[in-house]
Amino acid sequence: MLKDITLGQYFPGDSAIHRMDPRMKLILTIIYIVGVFFISNLPGYLLALAFLYLVVRISGIKFDYLLKGVKPLRFIIIFTFVLNLFFVQGETVLFDLGFWRLTKEALENAIYFALRLVFLVMGTSVLTLTTSPVQLTDGLERLMRPLQKFHFPAHELAMMMTIALRFIPTLLEETDKIQKAQMARGADFESGNLIARAKAMIPLLVPLFVSAFRRANDLAMAMEARCYRGGDHRTRLRELKYTKLDLFGALAMAGFIALIVVEGKLLG
Amino acid sequence: MQNKQDENRIIASSLTYTYPEAAKNAVDGVTMRVKKGEFLAILGHNGSGKSTLAKLFNALYVPSAGTVWVCGLDTRDDDLVFDIRQHAGMVFQNPDNQIVATVVEEDVAFGLENNGVEPKEIRVRIDEALKAVNMTKYAKKAPHMLSGGQKQRVAIAGVLAMKPDVIILDESTAMLDPSGRQEVMNTVHRLNKEEGISVVIITHYMAEAATADYVIVMDGGKIAMSGTPREVFTQVQRVRELGLDVPPMTDLAYMLRKNGVNVRADVLTVDEMVEEVCRLSSSN
Repeated sequence: MLKDITLGQYFPGDSAIHRMDPRMKLILTIIYIVGVFFISNLPGYLLALAFLYLVVRISGIKFDYLLKGVKPLRFIIIFTFVLNLFFVQGETVLFDLGFWRLTKEALENAIYFALRLVFLVMGTSVLTLTTSPVQLTDGLERLMRPLQKFHFPAHELAMMMTIALRFIPTLLEETDKIQKAQMARGADFESGNLIARAKAMIPLLVPLFVSAFRRANDLAMAMEARCYRGGDHRTRLRELKYTKLDLFGALAMAGFIALIVVEGKLLG
Repeated sequence: MQNKQDENRIIASSLTYTYPEAAKNAVDGVTMRVKKGEFLAILGHNGSGKSTLAKLFNALYVPSAGTVWVCGLDTRDDDLVFDIRQHAGMVFQNPDNQIVATVVEEDVAFGLENNGVEPKEIRVRIDEALKAVNMTKYAKKAPHMLSGGQKQRVAIAGVLAMKPDVIILDESTAMLDPSGRQEVMNTVHRLNKEEGISVVIITHYMAEAATADYVIVMDGGKIAMSGTPREVFTQVQRVRELGLDVPPMTDLAYMLRKNGVNVRADVLTVDEMVEEVCRLSSSN
């Protein structure tokens, strides 16, 4: 059962969005999020939603998936909303309770902030839903490559991510095994209060850590034996290539940003 | 040297290795060679130095004294390390701990990527390597979905893609089930015969050693016995003293002879035993 766990939230597919270069998707996602943060009226957010909806339709993902991504963050979003209501100063009073008055500015600010967070989560969800973890790491490595000039460990970071992804199923399987072994010796993982249960994890975590270190040691030797010597002069089996799709994507995003700017000038 | 190099893939001369802060030498004055196209088995109980020896062949360890030449290259030379590792590929014991990438074909490509091979050439070589180990249809699979034997074959493909002259298997079958073990052994035997790649297997399965061209038995870091499997295993008493077993059929022949049945002493495989028994029953 632990074997069929899905990594991240990648939703396999073959849509135009799926086939875009991960680098371009990363860049466009960042542009989209920055764009959304500059919107300051409701029609602008409608535009952002329409654009997102269009992208999701093309990718063939259900829109529900995006909303699911927002769900775990609902408390943070509500918290920001309330905080903005209380602490933003404004002039136009909507109603007055004496100790606190709600102003129009505070309400607008609170709504925009909440919406920005929602769009931030949904925007990145589109990226992670349509890009496999491997592609994502590839894309990140390639994008960060210029930073290596400033001794930023781009290749090392990407390699670490790849290895982590590779070993997640292995370690999950191992956790399962150790858990069963400890249960066979009478360990109890299910009853007791929070502290008792946290304590019960110790006989699980210690062997897991020991074995993880042993695996790391083995892997390091195996990598060395296969001529690993860091990122310099390394080639890749799959070279990333920008295609026409990426051009279309970039143009669409440019169009969206232009619309927002024009709309902001007209209404704001 | 040039002439010798054509015949021998690995030459070790009074090879000695001591682990840091260890009192005893793990490998102690070993002199041996691996010939071109040879299938060599290194046996020994735990701590006999056989795994250390394997790591010396791959420049993972540098000799404390003595020398190893891999295809004529001295492993003590820092500049040659990556060339040596390309010539002598290594497959380790735990199939899970030597696969780096999240997709089979990318793992096979790992060594080639490290060596800066062009992407087009990488493609060709991984396709060949996966074909050679019969794993082509698993090229796009995630490694954790494969069986132990399949994972080891992927690891062999990763080594094979580098076009090595020697493949060293450091107890690579120890963690596999019998069918996985058979898969791996069949694969290396085929590569040895068809591609002429020299194979060094470190093992404690006598049945695997019995299929080799030449056997070396290690004890306390030294070579205790060496010869063809027949020469080594017929010395049943001596092999037992070194903490090892003999192949099951050799053992059976030994016991039969002890009880007065006149079979040959140098029986190694089931087929040979069948032949012997038939010979006996027809002569009676």
